[in-house]
Amino acid sequence: MTVLLQARNLRRTYPRPRTTLFQRPEPLVAVSGVSLALERGETLGIVGESGSGKSTLARMVMGFERPEAGQILFDGTDLNAVPARELQRLRTKFQMVFQDPYGSLDPRHSVGWSIAEPLRAARIDNRPARVAEALEQVGLNHGDAARFPHEFSGGQRQRIAIARAIALRPALIVADEAVSALDVSVQAQILNLLMDLQEDLGLAMLFISHDLAVVAAISDRLLVMKQGEVVETGATADVFASPAHAYTRSLLTAAQVAPATGSSPASNRKVPA
Amino acid sequence: MRRFPVNLVLGAALAGSVTLVALLSFIWTPYDHAAIAVTNKFASPSFAHWLGTDQLGRDVVSQLMVAARNSMIVAFVSVVLGGGIGIVLGVYASARGGWVENLIMRVSDLSLAFPALLFAIMLAAVFGPSLQNTVIAIAFINIPIFARISRGAANQVWTREFMLAGQAAGMGRMTLTFDHVMPNIAAAIIVQATIEFAVALLAEAALSYLGLGAQPPAPSWGRMLSDAQTLLYLAPQLAIYPGLCIVISVLGFGLLGDSIRDLSDPRLRRER
Repeated sequence: MTVLLQARNLRRTYPRPRTTLFQRPEPLVAVSGVSLALERGETLGIVGESGSGKSTLARMVMGFERPEAGQILFDGTDLNAVPARELQRLRTKFQMVFQDPYGSLDPRHSVGWSIAEPLRAARIDNRPARVAEALEQVGLNHGDAARFPHEFSGGQRQRIAIARAIALRPALIVADEAVSALDVSVQAQILNLLMDLQEDLGLAMLFISHDLAVVAAISDRLLVMKQGEVVETGATADVFASPAHAYTRSLLTAAQVAPATGSSPASNRKVPA
Repeated sequence: MRRFPVNLVLGAALAGSVTLVALLSFIWTPYDHAAIAVTNKFASPSFAHWLGTDQLGRDVVSQLMVAARNSMIVAFVSVVLGGGIGIVLGVYASARGGWVENLIMRVSDLSLAFPALLFAIMLAAVFGPSLQNTVIAIAFINIPIFARISRGAANQVWTREFMLAGQAAGMGRMTLTFDHVMPNIAAAIIVQATIEFAVALLAEAALSYLGLGAQPPAPSWGRMLSDAQTLLYLAPQLAIYPGLCIVISVLGFGLLGDSIRDLSDPRLRRER
């Protein structure tokens, strides 16, 4: 397998509001010295409490924010060093699934329109057929394209959001808390869907969650973050079997979970619905 | 339990009837509004002249009807013109952010701080009083108002996740503005436009009253009011009629705009 995404020594801070006139407050360090590597078809789970820098990491990988230091290499290309046009082309290769299935779809447009948005941006023809294909891949009806987000349940909307993410046939999906807003039974369905898609389409996935049970179910490898830094990384089964860091141990005790039996491929692991 | 929307119905009825009268004046008025009949001045209301005649024997109803049309055209054109420019500035500021947004919004704050009527008077002093300058003056007042409203609404839209999804899809900020921001701020803008329409009607009346708006013989409520001022003891009705027209139309469009806003705001709707 070859490395698809590589991050080296990423750093990102946010300024804090001034409290005194003459002193500039220390900036908030959201992410510091984070490195990771993700191979094609692999799932890397990123876990950590709120404020540990998981989402900032995702936003930097997606190019929404620039790292202050460090590099993000996608397929060997430095995302922050390429010209805008080249970045636009690369964007078709990595897509994102967001946390809130209610907020990530524009209520004013039909779901077909939303799924076609990345296709329009990439100037791909034959959009209706591609939209129908994507809808069927996520277990929805191709006739659903004409309906509006409010006509769907939370789980269905997250399927639509996934359909939008896979419409361009990307190589990487960044899922930031993609199932956190869903009911537990729906969570299992969406996780199974993601694993099926990963197998069918050969997707690599950066799966971010605060929920260790969810991350354990889907990830090949784990990266544990705390206060903007990586405290532990390794194969999911290994981390669960012998957590090296005290923080990981406390997370494990709190979650009381066991990793899914067996290792890759993902198809061996199914989350009971 | 939903309460009967009194304000909405009242506002729609008042605004609707003023609009109808204004439209009717295009095809029919009882008399030519400018036809002078000195022998029949200060006539009392009758079947021939429903609201009587003025100091020159002109039919008051016909004048009020044509004045309604003039006021509404001025208000409409100036709100569309000022609103259009303001909305473009507002959503552009929101899409660009940074110093562009700051510059646009500070300039608009500055022009909001400038007294609107004073600006109109200045314009009239420089270019002469005319309907056209009234439109320009009122449009100018509307630019910062709409810039601020649309920038605020657009900033709210930009915080939604579907905007990030659009960026992830590879869409540029201007495309996202057209695709997502405009449809999502349309409701807020329509509400504001209705309210500003009422304000523009009042501004037009004020400018005409000061003699800076429509010039004779084009009738306007504001000028009818100022003409009647000197005759207040002799024929007070000549001041009351245009005054009532101004009240009805401003109240009508104001109520309409307010109640549409209440309806479109779910928080206010739940309280009903």
